[in-house]
Formats: sequence, C-alpha cells, structure tokens
Amino acid sequence: MADLLLSPFADFAFMQRALVGVIAIALAGGPVGVFLMLRRMSLTGDAMAHAILPGAAIGYLIAGLSLPAMTIGGLVAGVVVAVAAGLVSRFTALKEDASLAAFYLLSLALGVTIVSLRGSNVDLLHVLFGTVLALDDSTLLLISAISTITVLALALFYRPLVLECVDPTFLRSVSRAGTPTHLVFLGLVVLNLVGGFHALGTLLAVGMMMLPAAASRFWTNDITIMMVASVAIGIVSGIGGLLLSFHAELPAGPAIILTAGGIYGLSLLLGREGGLLWLAWPGRHLEA
Amino acid sequence: MRATSIRFHEVTLGYGRHPAVHHLDGEIPAGSLTAVVGPNGAGKSTLLKGIVGTLTPLDGRISIDPPGRTPIAYLPQAAEIDRSFPLSVYDLVAMGLWSRAGLFGGVGRRDRARIEEALAAVGLVGFERRPISTLSGGQMQRALFARLLLQDASLILLDEPFTAIDARTTADLLDLVRRWHDENRTVIAVLHDLDMVRRAFPQTLLIAREPVAWGETDRVLSPENLLAARRMVEAHDPYAAPCRRSAA
Repeated sequence: MADLLLSPFADFAFMQRALVGVIAIALAGGPVGVFLMLRRMSLTGDAMAHAILPGAAIGYLIAGLSLPAMTIGGLVAGVVVAVAAGLVSRFTALKEDASLAAFYLLSLALGVTIVSLRGSNVDLLHVLFGTVLALDDSTLLLISAISTITVLALALFYRPLVLECVDPTFLRSVSRAGTPTHLVFLGLVVLNLVGGFHALGTLLAVGMMMLPAAASRFWTNDITIMMVASVAIGIVSGIGGLLLSFHAELPAGPAIILTAGGIYGLSLLLGREGGLLWLAWPGRHLEA
Repeated sequence: MRATSIRFHEVTLGYGRHPAVHHLDGEIPAGSLTAVVGPNGAGKSTLLKGIVGTLTPLDGRISIDPPGRTPIAYLPQAAEIDRSFPLSVYDLVAMGLWSRAGLFGGVGRRDRARIEEALAAVGLVGFERRPISTLSGGQMQRALFARLLLQDASLILLDEPFTAIDARTTADLLDLVRRWHDENRTVIAVLHDLDMVRRAFPQTLLIAREPVAWGETDRVLSPENLLAARRMVEAHDPYAAPCRRSAA
C-alpha cells in the first residue's frame, strides 16, 4: 500500500516536481475559488481562462515555448479582459457576465486571427492541456511565487473582499476600497490562471479553483473553514490525480481534475451542509 | 462629540438628467432629529444617497460641517445584503468597526466588548454565532442597528428603517434613535408612519420631488401640506426641457 502511494514520489523526480506544483496551485487556488464562488463569479473564472489562451498563443508565436513570453502574453490578455469587463460593468448598465462575455469573445477572436495571420501550424497542446509532469525549475518558481503573492494579497484584502460580497452598499458608505479590491481580486484570478495553465493548461486550470471550492461549500457554513477545506481538497485531488495518472497511465492534468470532480461528487452526495442524502433523509424535525 | 450639520445649496439630485430631488435649499441643524416624509418616488432615498455621497448632485452642492471625512452611518432601504453568504451575526455587526479598524487594524479586547454591548443593546445576545441566513427580517434589522451603534457616527441616516418590522422591534429600535438624539448625534430618517413622526421626530422635511415644507413637525404635517405633497406629478417626462431656475 505504502509502495503504491509513496514510491512514485520517492523514485521519480518528475513526480516530485509535479507534486510541488499541484500543492502550490492548490494553496492559492482554494481560497481564490471560494471567493469566486461566493461572489457568484464561478463562470467569470471560466471565461477569463479562455481569455488567457490567445495571449499565451501570441507569446508562443513570438518567442516559442518560452516561459516568460507565454506568461506575459497570458497575463496581459487576462488583465485587459478582466479590467475592461470590470470597469464596464461598474460604470454602465451592462452586467459583469455580459460585458465579460463580450470581452473574452473579442480576445479569443483576436487571438485566432493573429495566429492565422502568421499562418503557422502552432502546437498549442502545451497551452491547452499543460505539462504537469514536465515542470522545470523556473516554472515551479513562478507557480510558487504566484501562490505566495496570492495568499498574502488575500490576507491583506480579506475584509473588503468579504464586505464587498456581503454588503457592497455598506462598504461604499464607509470606504472607497470597493473598486480597487475588486480589481485586485480579478488580478489574482488572472495570475492564478496563468500559473495554473503551465501545469494544467488554460482549459483545466480553473478546475483547481472551482471544484475544490464547490466541494467545500457542502461541508461548512464558515468561510474560514471553507477556504482551508478547499485547499485540502485541492491538495488531495492533486496527489490522487498524479497517482492515478502514474498507475493507470492516464494524462496527468485531466486525472487531477477528474479526482477533484470525484470529491465534488461525493461532497454533493454526503456533504453535511445541503448534501443530497441529508436533503433526502433529514431526520425528524427538532423541538426549536 | 461635535455634532454635524448639513447645508443644501440649491441641490438637484437625479438620474440621467432627470431630477428626483429638485432645488432643495436649507439646513439640517447639528444634533437635530429629522424625519423625511413624502409619497413614493418623492426623492427621499435619493436625498440620503446624495448626503452619503454615492450620488453626485446634478446641480448645486451639499456641504457637511465639520468638513472633511465625517463618518456617516447609513442604513439603506433594502440593504443589499447577500444573506446566503456564510457569515455570523457577530462578524456582520463587527463590520461597524470599519472606520476605526479599517483594512488592517486589529480588533482588540475593548472592541470586542463594544461589539457585545451593541448586541446587547439591540437584544441579540445569544445570536453571535448564528449564520446571517437564519435571521428573520426583524432580527436582521436589529443586527444592522447594532452595526450602526458600533459605527459611532455623528451623522446617522436611516432609510425606512421600520418598514415590515413588528411593533416590539420598532419600539426597541426607536429607543436607540432617541438615545442617539440625546447623545447629540444628527439623525435623519425616511419614514411613512406619520403618527410615529409626530410622536418621536421634532423636525420634518416633507418632500415631493420639490421640498413642500420643512421645519417643526406639527407645522409641516398640516392637512394642506400633505395634500400638496400628494398632488406630486409622478410622471417622468422624457421630453422635459432643461430647467431654467438658476443654481446657487
């Protein structure tokens, strides 16, 4: 048993690197995912992941498979879309989901157009599905740095973040921190998606945020515990997914997300706070 | 505590270019207790938003004395509170400490004592750990009043604080309003219950987009004034011409 669980990580350097990568991603992705969920922005995260793709592709076209070029490309595309959509929804009648859809479609179309202008047959598998089993030192450093920045920033902006979710009118009446907080948060989402896409690809990176967060919602009504639970679920999914991919020879990224999906399914069924089994058999009503 | 006064200089507040409060001129004296009364659509909530500063006047200006960042405690009409958010009553009330603790400031033993005092003052002892999703309408309003207490502001704005609230809760919360008045805080409340206004509020502003009457409650709430307010034109005329009255 211990052999099955430990030896892949003990014997293979690429598994150790992958392990460090997924733990770093889970540490920041968990709390960011919880806030995305509580702010009803789960689909925003998804849309932003799509917005990053053309930026990373442009970076790839210019400089090949270079970490800085693709990271900067993805960051720029993500930040432009996030900030533009955020500003439009704050200052016009258009809601955030609509303005975000508009901007990410634009950025997607623009990216595809630029690719076709170059006329090269680009291998974007790396960008689309990631290479969690081939993380080099600089990529690991990047992911860990992003994770550190994210956790620190969330700690600093914790109060306005919570307040903006619960009672935005109140926050506006006591402080001007609302809009900057929102923009910082969107920036963190982009940063984590860019970090995540090196390991899991642009399409699956958001999975390490949303699936653990959604699963943790079924276990607690306390936001602090929810964030801790979501980090734990992320780490367990990462380890489980890597082992699954190692033993069953499955692609690692999808195996990780599938494991997280499995935990989400279990939580949906068994979770103490609104899980389906508890809804179906709640037990007899209480006295008060 | 130095009391806060508000001066309106020919203020017009509105949305787009359409006025909701039209040419309001006058003063809310420091330490006064004022009711704002008028039909639906008369611009009462808009007036409060203008004072808080979330709505910029289309014309004229509002000056608050002492100038600078006077802490304002504002209870909006339908508080946009996300009740499904996993937050405890204690934490909701603790938000009232924002002006003191801000983004990073610590919440110390004295602050926690103040939070407990505020919860006791609104009769919510024992509710500390309850998630806000489990509160009834009246309990929520009590919690929001506890938060107002903690804000310790010299200017307090209440937008229909007693709408859909039962008699006992209303009486309890009205006692808090009186206490604020005794502490020389300036309180402005939008209200519909004229009996309550006559009983508890010395000053009244009767407004129907234009100010109808303003001053001592008994004089303002005369049958003639109320009738005039009721005749307010509620029509929103998309072809209205630009207003020719000059601002101050």
